[in-house]
Amino acid sequence: MAIKGTLKKSRLENLLAVLNKSHRVIGPKAEDGAVVMAEIGYKDIPSGVRDLQWPGGCRLLPGKDSQVFSFSPGPDSFKRFLHPPVSELFAFKRNGAKIDFLPAPKISERPMAFFAVRPCDLSALKLYDKIFLGGPVADQAYESLRRGSLVVALNCLYPGNNCFCLSMGTGPEARDGFDIQMTELEDSFLLEDGSAKGAEILEQLPLGQAGADEISAKRQRIESCKAAFKKSIAAQELPGMIYANLDHPHWEDIARRDLECGNCTQVCPTCFCNTSYDYAALGGIAAGGAVSGKRLRKWDSCFSRSFARVHSGNFRFSRKARYRHWMAHKLAYTQAQFGLPGCVGCGRCITWCPAGIDITAELEALRHV
Amino acid sequence: MAKPRIGIFKFTSCDGCQLSIFNLEEEFLQIAGLTEIAYFQEGQDAPDGNGFQAWAAHFDLAVVEGSISTERQSKELLDIRENSSRLITIGACATAGGVQALRNWADVSEFKASEYPAPDAVEALAESTPISAHVHVDYELWGCPINSAEFSEVLASFLLGKTPGVPGYSLCMECKRKGIPCVLVAGQAPCLGPVTRAGCGVLCPSLNRACYGCFGPKDGANIMALMRIFQGFGYTENQCRMMLDKMNTYKFREMEEKG
Repeated sequence: MAIKGTLKKSRLENLLAVLNKSHRVIGPKAEDGAVVMAEIGYKDIPSGVRDLQWPGGCRLLPGKDSQVFSFSPGPDSFKRFLHPPVSELFAFKRNGAKIDFLPAPKISERPMAFFAVRPCDLSALKLYDKIFLGGPVADQAYESLRRGSLVVALNCLYPGNNCFCLSMGTGPEARDGFDIQMTELEDSFLLEDGSAKGAEILEQLPLGQAGADEISAKRQRIESCKAAFKKSIAAQELPGMIYANLDHPHWEDIARRDLECGNCTQVCPTCFCNTSYDYAALGGIAAGGAVSGKRLRKWDSCFSRSFARVHSGNFRFSRKARYRHWMAHKLAYTQAQFGLPGCVGCGRCITWCPAGIDITAELEALRHV
Repeated sequence: MAKPRIGIFKFTSCDGCQLSIFNLEEEFLQIAGLTEIAYFQEGQDAPDGNGFQAWAAHFDLAVVEGSISTERQSKELLDIRENSSRLITIGACATAGGVQALRNWADVSEFKASEYPAPDAVEALAESTPISAHVHVDYELWGCPINSAEFSEVLASFLLGKTPGVPGYSLCMECKRKGIPCVLVAGQAPCLGPVTRAGCGVLCPSLNRACYGCFGPKDGANIMALMRIFQGFGYTENQCRMMLDKMNTYKFREMEEKG
């Protein structure tokens, strides 16, 4: 049976304490002018902090004291924790013809609980699960981090200036893919379970009765959030709008502004590209010729010249071709590849692009010659 | 099997990159164990004073610091290249001409006349140029100074016959991996990270400071696009010029021309 209840705002600490019994809690934290994600305790939650985001800019401002969550997603997502930016896949030791492989050291035995995951990121997580676990062979590194993890979703009540999940159909309300969902109300949080594990956690909390009033308050708040969106994308015209415009002159215009720095891909919660290579430094070479090193996996980006490098060069030879490939992967190819949207409308690529390139506006520009 | 013979040479530079090799400390002793360091003035107690006579012998690897600033250096470099199977450059001077390449866009005879009592005694060429402007370079390591860990990896790769994993992409990639809030986006600071090569370990943004480009332009840097953003922040064209005109100006300007 579904569990619903209210948790007084002053009791939010209890939820984190229950999660922390079995899990490392990964959640939002304010740091150097941005909301990042880290292993947190209750006091780290940037309660009342508001953020102002615009294309190529972000600033934290004081918000209403009564609100806990008045900020929109920062640059980080679950991605940093389930698909770490740099990880060791295994270590190797070569001595003559003999090679030994050693498993990578475990990051931690304690699984992670993702706290305050936004609906856009729930969609991205679903795609990640499909990419890393859904193929003929599961990715072991991802699988070991994802196994046992918990997801506590947070319904969004304020869209950020660059958010467009509503038009992507991925938010602002959580629909599935969570263990617990939270909605911030006036003095309390409405908590609802989404899985047996979630229900088990809710049973350990001093929940109040959630009645028709709370349900209607939730509905009302989500509806007013929907009405406040400033950005949208022509999702119903995808992927056709991309495929019909591969030779559009606007790609050149984007290339003129495009820094090719790769920031968009690094903050994107659906970008999953990575590269691996064998690392060995002087310290790993013994005088007798034995070599030890490790195979590292790092986030990569289709904006880097070394990406898609084949014999003597990159087959996407121009900046224009690289940007077009990225945007087409987000808005067209991923859907064809995995049956899920490659863009979840979180707006991170817009905020964290130093050039303020706005994927929604660039798509619109393809309408005009 | 004979140990590979290594020579470490320097031209016009501050020696800081060679010092970065010493900074490897224990790993530096590895170099001594795994190779024959046949030439390394910076590491000798008493330099022989005769300059570079030891070059006559063959080197499996020449490591070159410094830019070419004089006629004599350009001849010596040819000599080194001819005697070396592999040649790698270390640092902004050798790879990108160094801060001394600022004179390439000015009149060096004017500087000589205003700074030196006997300007004719100064044998400086009109331009300071990177090693690659003179000879074939097998691998370039950037930075002012280089990152010791990258040098260790490049040298290990040479010994193992593999390609080093040293990146040519932007500093932003390293910054994002480390989870450092963007000083450009969140701080609106004139950070050169988007056009600068990764490799330093994000020294400045880690301390909430804007990158000033000491690792030189990344592969395919769109410098003018970044300068337009800085102009939007209120920096003048001249201020933007000054941000780029440092130890890697030769390569930044080359990249600007390419667009």
